Amino acid sequence: MSDTAPARPATAEAVARGLRRRYAAEQRFRLYGMAAIGFALAVLTILFATVVANGWSAFRQTYIQLDLPLEAADIDPDGTRDPAVLSRADYEGLVKKTLRGMFPDVTNRREKRELYDLVSSAAAFDLRDAVLEDPSLVGGTFQLRVPASDDLDMYMKGYIRADSPEDERRISDRQIARIEALREQGRVETGFNLGFFISGDSREPELAGIAGAALGSLWTMLVVLILSFPLGVMAAIYLEEFAPRNRWTDIIEVNINNLAAVPSIVFGLLGLAVFLNFFGLPRSAPLVGGMVLALMTLPTVIIAGRAALQAVPPSIREAALGLGASRMQMVGGHVLPLAMPGMLTGAIIGMARALGETAPLLMIGMVAFIVDLPKGPLDAATALPVQIFLWADSPERAFVERTSAATIVLLVFLICMNLGAVLLRRKFERRW
Amino acid sequence: MQTLILTIVLLALTAAGFRLGRRRALALAGGRPKDLSALPRYYGVYVALWVFVPAVAVLAVWYALEPSVLHALVVGGLPPELQALPEAELGLLYSDIRNAVALGTTPDDSAIAAAVAHYRSLSASAPLGLGALALAVTLAGGGIGLRLVSPQLRARRSVETVVRALLLVSSTIAVFTTIGIVLSLLFEAVRFFRLVPITEFLFGLEWSPQTAIRPDQVGSTGAFGAGPVFAGTALISVIAMAVAAPVGLLSAIYMAEYAPKRARAVLKPLLEILAGIPTVVYGFFAALTVAPFIRGFGSSLGLDVASESALAAGAVMGVMIIPFVSSLSDDAIAAVPNSLREGAYGLGATRSETIRQVILPAALPGIVGGLLLGVSRAIGETMIVVMAAGLAANLTANPFDAVTTVTVQIVTLLTGDQEFDSAKTLAAFALGLMLFLVTLVLNVIALYVVRRYREQYE
Repeated sequence: MSDTAPARPATAEAVARGLRRRYAAEQRFRLYGMAAIGFALAVLTILFATVVANGWSAFRQTYIQLDLPLEAADIDPDGTRDPAVLSRADYEGLVKKTLRGMFPDVTNRREKRELYDLVSSAAAFDLRDAVLEDPSLVGGTFQLRVPASDDLDMYMKGYIRADSPEDERRISDRQIARIEALREQGRVETGFNLGFFISGDSREPELAGIAGAALGSLWTMLVVLILSFPLGVMAAIYLEEFAPRNRWTDIIEVNINNLAAVPSIVFGLLGLAVFLNFFGLPRSAPLVGGMVLALMTLPTVIIAGRAALQAVPPSIREAALGLGASRMQMVGGHVLPLAMPGMLTGAIIGMARALGETAPLLMIGMVAFIVDLPKGPLDAATALPVQIFLWADSPERAFVERTSAATIVLLVFLICMNLGAVLLRRKFERRW
Repeated sequence: MQTLILTIVLLALTAAGFRLGRRRALALAGGRPKDLSALPRYYGVYVALWVFVPAVAVLAVWYALEPSVLHALVVGGLPPELQALPEAELGLLYSDIRNAVALGTTPDDSAIAAAVAHYRSLSASAPLGLGALALAVTLAGGGIGLRLVSPQLRARRSVETVVRALLLVSSTIAVFTTIGIVLSLLFEAVRFFRLVPITEFLFGLEWSPQTAIRPDQVGSTGAFGAGPVFAGTALISVIAMAVAAPVGLLSAIYMAEYAPKRARAVLKPLLEILAGIPTVVYGFFAALTVAPFIRGFGSSLGLDVASESALAAGAVMGVMIIPFVSSLSDDAIAAVPNSLREGAYGLGATRSETIRQVILPAALPGIVGGLLLGVSRAIGETMIVVMAAGLAANLTANPFDAVTTVTVQIVTLLTGDQEFDSAKTLAAFALGLMLFLVTLVLNVIALYVVRRYREQYE
């Protein structure tokens, strides 16, 4: 005891000396935390910024205005206007002839090829469709706005620069001169890229669209909704309201928790082995994709559903039972309606996750090159994320832009779904 | 189309059953509902169930058996010398017949053409038969249901028993999914291990799973030693956790202990956006932005960086896992009772000292559980590595080299054209089994640790 009295000032001094160090450590630690959050948010920002910066230009597309002289001798020499004859005419030749007419100085083969390459191969098809729809066009001059080729499009958008060395870019100096000439004539214009939203996949970047993939996703999600929501809600009701506490329900519970953490690709293997090889369901079909994703979503829906049921206070149940309702009537008439918003929120969040899921779909063949739009859940289809995966592999510069644009579309869908879930929760959330 | 019509007809008949049942119950009770033993609508549902359930059962059985019955009938109609073919050839012949039917062509061989015609006539008459059968079952069920309706019938109890059974069945689907996963992986993996010994698969160091087209082809035997694949998975997971663990943990600490309430309300959902971004978007980001950046950065330092380096894939994967680690750690930190904090403050500890010496040790099991779940995510993640990591199975610990992972190999082995019994495709299932087992063990440990820890303070 007597020793401590003289030691006290020394302790106070030591504490005071240490205090500065300790406060500095405190500041540092706080900074680490802020740096960690800052890092995460910075990556998030960079990710969104790169995607948007790369992708927004895909919503616009370069078009070339062509004045096509539709001479009857070329298209319909006999003047029958028979659709069979009209559809067989050489429209590609017509487009090429028009292009040659615009640049009479082009003579050798290479220059001609370069010239033809400025216009998308879709020009001939667009022209044929226009003529078939209105045969009276034959004989006159038809103004057609055709998509420019992807390289020209990239040049117009500034991704290919004229001042870079010629052998490092995909269009030649001569082609640039032609483009500039067309521009002076007012024949080159950029407009809203409608084709991107209404056409299916294509090997030509300027023709590729997301409609096929989006429809595939829609069919898949429809199957997921029809399967996982009712099953998930019923399972949650059973486990929360009816199940006796025993070994069997314990097994089910552990199972659901584990299933929620199984890697998604394993569900794809299950789909491949069971749905495709055992049951012989069709490959690449949104039906199978939806079934696989529904199994994957089910645990999320069940867990959210149980939480929603738990949030309904026991007094509601007791009041219903006290008035003579059976347990089933109590659940169906009182508990379930109160828990429904929470269950719907869970289902939307699960669906959003399923919408962004790619790996299981690769396993069941929803990864093919499919041009046609799927008309039902049994048609071969891809899905939006799979389309992103496929385009990301393509070497053309123009596909980088399209991939980012498809990503933007996917993210917009996801944000809408999550926002919907949040709003739903806000609107119906009740504090008891 | 025919399925749609059948469904509509069935639903219409079910609705009719409901109305008839209800009306009949009321009529039997002389229009006095209180003389019935259940509410009138339960009699309606009772009859509707009698209409619906047997018909659905019949439809399910029909759709399950249709292919094999068709097969038996068509093969039975073949001339005997064709029927005597070995099973494999018969199978080929049968798929030829089905292709001819699907394409609408007529084969040259007259016997096969006859079989095709037979198949066509059978599958044309099948919908009619199915429709007639379904209709008969529906009407019979409805008739029985209506007969059984009487004022003494405990309709509510019967209906509730059926509904309860339905609820029970849907709760078991999760179990059946797990059984399905285990069986399908196990079944194919066992076939694989008959071709390749399990020790070679687990411990072999040579992975080149190509199948030979010609017997003299180089590397025709194919090597299935998955060692480099496991090592690559481990390397990428370690890199991912090296990013996710500190960032996730520190941001959880900051949000739980330092951030003001309003900042927390903004920051937490922002971080959770990271968990909601589809992995294919991360993959695209890794391949388009991060990999070239790391490559450029590395070569400016004079390092030789592969364009599909493990570092790029791992780092982006780490970013994806941040929110998992942070939200689970956040829960664990929030569960530490305030008395511990106040005790430490009362002894004069600063906040960071309290966190490091009191809160983190107390929350450790929960944090470890979160990290384990993060590792299991990293191992099972597919799209980021498919798009940003390589295919070459290098056995290396250098993060600048290209490595491959289990999930990448599964995807490459199973996409594209494949025959289903080559060692190549079966290897994917063996890899899938390993993936499933490892993630399952990690999840079980993590859940166990988290649950056990929660009990301590409750």
